[in-house]
Amino acid sequence: MRTLKLVPAKTSITFIKHRNLAMGLSILLMIASIGVFITNGLNFGIDFKGGTLIEASAEDAVDIGALRDRLNGMDLGEVQIQEFGKDTDVLIRIAEAEGAVDASQDLTAVQLLRDELAQDFDIRRVEIVGPQVSAELIQTGILAVVVAISSMLIYIWFRFEWQFSVGAVLALVHDVVLTIGIFSLLQLDFNLSILAAILTIVGYSMNDTVVVYDRVRENLRKFKKMGLNELLDIAINETLSRTVMTSVTTLLALVALYVLGGEVIRGFTFAMIWGVIVGTYSSIFIASPLLMWLGVKRDWSGNQMN
Amino acid sequence: MLFLGFLFSLPNFLSENTRASMPEILPTSTLNLGLDLQGGSHLLLAVDTDSVQRERLEDLTSDVRLALRGERIGYTGLGRINGGVTVSIRKREDLEKAKTLLQGLSQPITANVISGFSQGVDLDVVNTQDLTFELKVTEEAIAARNTRTLQQSIEIIRRRVDELGTTEPTIQRQGETRILVQVPGLDDPQRLKALLGQTAKLNFHLVDQSMSAYEVVDGKRAPTGARVHYTDSEPAVPYLIRRRAMVSGERLVDASVGFDPQTNTPEVNFRFDTVGAKKFGEVTQANVGRPFAIVLDEKIISAPIIQSAILGGAGRITGNFTVQEANDLSILLRAGALPAPMTILEERTVGPGLGADSVAAGRIALIVGFLAVIGFMIISYNLFGLYANIALVANLGLIMAVLSGLQATLTLPGIAGIVLTVGMAVDANVLIFERIREEIAAGKAPIMAIDTGYNRALGTILDANITTLLAAMVLFQLGSGPIRGFAITLAIGIITSVFTAFVLTRFMVSLWVRRQGRPEALPL
Repeated sequence: MRTLKLVPAKTSITFIKHRNLAMGLSILLMIASIGVFITNGLNFGIDFKGGTLIEASAEDAVDIGALRDRLNGMDLGEVQIQEFGKDTDVLIRIAEAEGAVDASQDLTAVQLLRDELAQDFDIRRVEIVGPQVSAELIQTGILAVVVAISSMLIYIWFRFEWQFSVGAVLALVHDVVLTIGIFSLLQLDFNLSILAAILTIVGYSMNDTVVVYDRVRENLRKFKKMGLNELLDIAINETLSRTVMTSVTTLLALVALYVLGGEVIRGFTFAMIWGVIVGTYSSIFIASPLLMWLGVKRDWSGNQMN
Repeated sequence: MLFLGFLFSLPNFLSENTRASMPEILPTSTLNLGLDLQGGSHLLLAVDTDSVQRERLEDLTSDVRLALRGERIGYTGLGRINGGVTVSIRKREDLEKAKTLLQGLSQPITANVISGFSQGVDLDVVNTQDLTFELKVTEEAIAARNTRTLQQSIEIIRRRVDELGTTEPTIQRQGETRILVQVPGLDDPQRLKALLGQTAKLNFHLVDQSMSAYEVVDGKRAPTGARVHYTDSEPAVPYLIRRRAMVSGERLVDASVGFDPQTNTPEVNFRFDTVGAKKFGEVTQANVGRPFAIVLDEKIISAPIIQSAILGGAGRITGNFTVQEANDLSILLRAGALPAPMTILEERTVGPGLGADSVAAGRIALIVGFLAVIGFMIISYNLFGLYANIALVANLGLIMAVLSGLQATLTLPGIAGIVLTVGMAVDANVLIFERIREEIAAGKAPIMAIDTGYNRALGTILDANITTLLAAMVLFQLGSGPIRGFAITLAIGIITSVFTAFVLTRFMVSLWVRRQGRPEALPL
């Protein structure tokens, strides 16, 4: 029986030869991401900005304009209304008032909104995040990404050589920057679950990179005299089939989740899908070519433990 | 192991009735659904522990004054400093005596309310310069007092929440000064918040009639030992009341809703304990015809005239209550006052409808993602793909089993974690199969290729998965609620997928090899 092979059994694509092209593209994309981030910023959700979020569902299609007029008349502060998945569902957001020190205003606003909407809406979800908590969530969020990346830096350093760990971490930074870039560009809601997605992407992309690096190390022992660029190409080609297979199975699951998993986790799955694509790209086109620039120790004879 | 996994995950697929009729020896615990899946309310509260520390310093200041006066030691500059009290003695000959006296003011630290186990005293008395003393509350004492405040608060919250008749609320301390309250099935926490937002410190004070409260409001000096409080009505009316409470609310033993027989309006009936009843009797007897104020959290809820001595220790509070308000007040009085005020930092409430929708959507996504991956594996790897799929099923079972066994909570991101694991779980097998293909291409005989494939892939798989596991651990450490749920399922998924690849798939592959004798080619 013939099997499907997305990638032919033997490939010899010269990835390294085109490293400048790939690297140039990535640097361009990273600069663009940072530029968009600086000009547009991120559309922070209430987790990081504080404020109130209410998901409400009506029997019939909601006239958002009318609802906006109605709520603006209540003097609740800056109210934002958007359709949420279906035309009968809306997401109402009230920004934290300038200089608020606690959640008391949010609590009052929710009370008023609940009373106002009770007659024609089913309140499906209410989230209130006070200013103290949101400030902490930002801190722990940044800390989490930094801790995750540096623990991997140390692990890879320990298991390989410092060049590998620097290469892998640069690839991770690339993935994180591009993910933040796309969220900034599309102004998608950036909340706690997106942060979780970024950390997962970090794990996934690292996983991919390690598989390639592992093969690079093996080949370094096997072909002591081979030029580094040829050696890296062989390693990437040998693992290409696996890299693509795993990305495809993961994407299959993620797309199912994106399409069918409901509105609440759509942002999360979007980030993951993006991250898997970017992460796969970076482990092939960024992480390995970086080894060329960083220079790798060629004499692995005394290092047979693996 | 796999059998055990199957056993532990089984209850999740069975109906309630089947579960109930199973023999006791079998595991029956199912997955705990997070609030985002079953609906409910999550409140994060901050306890103002500083207020308790401030109270201690206020008490300490007056203790110092009383102690020094009692021994006729002249002093000056009694005041508060950061985290303590400072005082200077006038005469040098009093120094030693004052020191002993001040040291005597410290109290034993009781870290644990239940055991009363004490560890040292709560004050550092230092003779900082010449005749000046500093009494500082020690770090341990502050920590111990905060712990006690939190424990008491949790206890009071539990009593209040229990009165709402909700099922299985979770109330736990989070960090130094916070309490997390989770109440499943509550889709509008309005009443809960009202109940938790009040300290419910009830006190009975005599009204000072030596001058009008309005004069004090207009700027006149209040008589010693009296101050102005306002009613909670609209408009707020000022009353001049004695600072010292005639009876404190701690003396209440019971409270319930009643109705005024004449007007039929709701009221709160209460009863004092013996000490409180005696005290209340004495004061009311001595002050017949004068008004007294019932003060709840610094607001006067009613200020009736004492018609006659109240000796039985029972009384009633009539305010402009609705039935609900009267009911809530009696709940608060029964549960007791919080040791410190609390504020709500965060609320996340999910209605039952959304929770059910999320479960349904998650289930469908899981099934579809699962089928897609299974199909893809079979067309890619043939028979070995089927083996990997069997391992995947076992893997899902194991995840469910571990989650049930650990009594972990399944959240919506947790479901996402499982779906993601389905995609990533096959990775270990993919790595192995690809390696075997390579070995075959390099000219190795099938059996050798399988052997080398497994051996060579092992290191790669471990390295690759440990990095993802690191990410999951960071998520777990720093995340909260639902994110933790995701981290747990991801971590469990990583471990079980490596396990199933190396144990289960390998077992099936070697069975196949044995049946084939010496296979010429691999179904790969």
